[in-house]
Amino acid sequence: MRLVGIERARAVWLTGSVAVTLAPHAASLPSWLSAIAALMLLWQCWIVLHGLRLPSRWLLLIAVAGVMAAVVTTYRIPVGKDPGVALLAAFLCLKLLEARSPRDGYVVVFLCYFMQLAQFFANQTISTAGVTLLGTLVTTAALTTLNSNLLGTAERLRMSALMLAQAVPFMLILFVLFPRVDAPVWGLPANAFGGSTGLSDTMTPGSISDLTLSGAIAFRVRFDGFTPPPAQRYWRGPVMNDFDGRTWRVGTARMLSSVPYRVAGPRTFYELTLEPHNRLWLFALELPGAPPENAVLMSDYQLISKAPVRNRLRYSLSAYPALRGGLGEDRYVLQAAQHLPPDFNPRTRQLAQELRSANPDASALVAAALRHFLQSKFSYTLEPPLLGQHSVDEFLFDTRRGFCEHFASSFVFLMRAAGVPARVVTGYQGGEINPVDGYLEVRQSDAHAWAEVWVEDEGWLRVDPTATVAPSRVESGLAMAVPDRQLLPFALRSAFSWVREVRYRLDAANNTWNQWVLGYNPQRQKEFLQRLGMQAPDWHSMTVAMSVLCGLLMLGLAGWALAQRGRLDPLQRAWDRLSQKLAPAGLERKAWEGPLDYAQRVGVAVPRLASAMFEIARDYSGLRYGANAPATRDNAARRLIDKINRLHP
Amino acid sequence: MLLNDLPTPIPAKTAAIAQRRIGGRFNAWLFRDRGPESTPIVLTQRRVFVLPTRPGLVFGAVLAAMLIGAINYQLSLGFALTFLLAGLGHSAILHTFRNLAQLQIEAGAAAAVFCGDPARFTLRLINRRGNARYALKLRTGSALTTIDRVDAEGTSNAELVLPTQWRGWLRLPRVTLETRYPLGLIRAWSYLQPDMSILVWPRPEPDPPPLPLGHGNAGGIAASAAGRDDFAGLRLYQPGDSPRHIAWKAAAGGGPLLTKHFSGMQAGNVVLRWDDLPPQMDNESRLSRLAAWIERANSGGMGWRLELPGASLGPAEGSAHRNACLKALALFGQPQEPA
Repeated sequence: MRLVGIERARAVWLTGSVAVTLAPHAASLPSWLSAIAALMLLWQCWIVLHGLRLPSRWLLLIAVAGVMAAVVTTYRIPVGKDPGVALLAAFLCLKLLEARSPRDGYVVVFLCYFMQLAQFFANQTISTAGVTLLGTLVTTAALTTLNSNLLGTAERLRMSALMLAQAVPFMLILFVLFPRVDAPVWGLPANAFGGSTGLSDTMTPGSISDLTLSGAIAFRVRFDGFTPPPAQRYWRGPVMNDFDGRTWRVGTARMLSSVPYRVAGPRTFYELTLEPHNRLWLFALELPGAPPENAVLMSDYQLISKAPVRNRLRYSLSAYPALRGGLGEDRYVLQAAQHLPPDFNPRTRQLAQELRSANPDASALVAAALRHFLQSKFSYTLEPPLLGQHSVDEFLFDTRRGFCEHFASSFVFLMRAAGVPARVVTGYQGGEINPVDGYLEVRQSDAHAWAEVWVEDEGWLRVDPTATVAPSRVESGLAMAVPDRQLLPFALRSAFSWVREVRYRLDAANNTWNQWVLGYNPQRQKEFLQRLGMQAPDWHSMTVAMSVLCGLLMLGLAGWALAQRGRLDPLQRAWDRLSQKLAPAGLERKAWEGPLDYAQRVGVAVPRLASAMFEIARDYSGLRYGANAPATRDNAARRLIDKINRLHP
Repeated sequence: MLLNDLPTPIPAKTAAIAQRRIGGRFNAWLFRDRGPESTPIVLTQRRVFVLPTRPGLVFGAVLAAMLIGAINYQLSLGFALTFLLAGLGHSAILHTFRNLAQLQIEAGAAAAVFCGDPARFTLRLINRRGNARYALKLRTGSALTTIDRVDAEGTSNAELVLPTQWRGWLRLPRVTLETRYPLGLIRAWSYLQPDMSILVWPRPEPDPPPLPLGHGNAGGIAASAAGRDDFAGLRLYQPGDSPRHIAWKAAAGGGPLLTKHFSGMQAGNVVLRWDDLPPQMDNESRLSRLAAWIERANSGGMGWRLELPGASLGPAEGSAHRNACLKALALFGQPQEPA
């Protein structure tokens, strides 16, 4: 069967729809499948362009079997999200190659719509939304080829755009009012979430400096109280307590049922929107107040979520930036915070003993150690040299070049060797206020590690040796602190002010998108509807409001659909006017009366008007029912309207 | 979804069964089957029915699947896309409905045919709106025709071709006018029965005996100057013709403007008499033979007189006389007006 005429147009539009729909999937599909899909689309283009026959069905059946086998081999389990999307993508291309009837066309179009949704599994950014909308536009235009032979390309697109534009109010109403639920309707397969970047539960030299190469947002914060100055913005994450000579690991901590410290001092409130990192911990400004719902506070003041953070998560917290905890700290915790593996770093142990004997008081010891860091001419760099077995020794005495994890790790080692309980805290430090929307943006490049030491009668003190060595890191952020800026993410280099400006605007747009479109969850829906004036938005009242608004909208659009009744063309209006003019003489036109019959009746009743009426009737029926070119038609219509207006009964 | 104030109508197929079962009264009420209607017929919104097509139902199922996917994976944009497509479905209802609503239908040409030849009913679809209408499908019995486009404030002719089996009046049955434009998810349809009938003449006998000549004055065709004596036929209207001679009836019936043409008598010597035919011939064969003779006489430019039981036409000549004679044959023994 060769493709001609409308069938060819159909094939072109359907191929275009499939191409636009599948193109954004190419990044997330297995590369062999993307390649096969591209080949099949090219084959289809070749067939359409050259008017060739469609491939035979048995060939396609073999292809279906082959693709299924390949998908099963690639994914091992043929169920779930990713293999499902891969199979659908392959079927879509194969279906296109056998699309012969309009019915096949509908199958292709509906599969396209579904694949446009599947695109959101990979990501839901503004640009993805734009690409999807383009796909929906083309696919809807393709749907018109199944139902109309005569539209041109532009007309099809215009029709599609008009209909989608009319659908937008519906989308808004349903999006805002459709009751959202937190829990999935059905259990999700285990592969529903892939890996994400972020801090880890271990720390080795280099692990955080690797992270700073990413300019990705870690979380965003909106302060309701005062905004703490940069030097106080320590966002507490995993606390590392166990050291094996090279790697720091998260220690064991207890869940607390209440906040373990007496809250005092200035307090600020904030709402934090955390990007998914697939881990349990949440970040909190030191020291956090009562934990949010679905999270607990641990004995090392870390916030732990009850479920891994797999979606963007928003929570509200309070913070006491000036507070210290741990006045009556548990003996076992303090013992664990002094433990060191034997046989590592003899030179550091030697230094610790010297400092200890010179400063018996713990506070003085901390100060002396910081002084040592300051005097030893350390440099803060993103490219520290590699370290050997005695990593702390080599860093403190030989290389003296390192990143925050080197400083924190060696400081805590030094403190523990001197008999002071100490631990490494990882998290983020600083963040930048976006002037466009006022949100504080904390990026992966703000990842940081600092130390905590425990001093009798004072509790846990935060000590940031990095701040001693490179104060600008804490005051102004990473970009100001490191000499080797070319290694930083482009967005952080901030060479030109307009680059910064563009970045601010983009980030603010993304944030608004995240907060209001992607983050529109049950809580936000409730907040938003309350702000709109709904007293107690539950699913019942939302459904009622949704139905009422949709009903009104339908009425409005139906009114538009029927509105043409009043809009008669000028010729018709003039013709009706003629009948009204003659009505006083009892010569109104009857509904069933044709123009010529009417003219004859008037001509018999008022002979004076006979010839004028005849001319009018002749011209009117000629214009109304004859085949005229539009230009001559318009002129003739104008002359006829004049004639009608000049007629005086 | 239905855009008129009726309860949910049942699909046409079910309706057809229902009509057979309950005698069609319910159906007649539901779809306002009121028999032949005078034209122009305007498809008001009460006459246009709307229901989803099979692809439309599948579309709904796809949307349900998409909604579940969006809920399960908490895809905010998934919700947005699903709701956008739901809105598209609603927009499709309006556009499909609008594509049919307020369309005006007028009866067009319905020229008489010989029995066995296809009868062509022409309907004029008049679009008084500023937007074109597309993909309109008309169906009645075995006749099906598709109009790809009716221009904005334009007119298109739709021709429904029905087979003819019997002489006499053939009335246009109820026509279904439907459209699925633009997306095919929704079908809007309307039933209409314009009051149109086609006169079916008896089929002329294929190989008739020669014309019966010899009555009256042999070969004498009295020529007379063209005048106003007798109506001789119609010819196309030309500018300058007196309005008094316009054939108003023919024009009002939808035909072209014609001028009545008068001439002096041009009587022929051919007399076609029912009673002269062999007595063993049945009625239909007689009508066939007379029709064949009339055709032959007319094409030969002769005048003739037709004598049927109870009626006599002519003597005269020309196509008007031929049509009158054929009409008399077609309606022989039948009601003179369409039932």
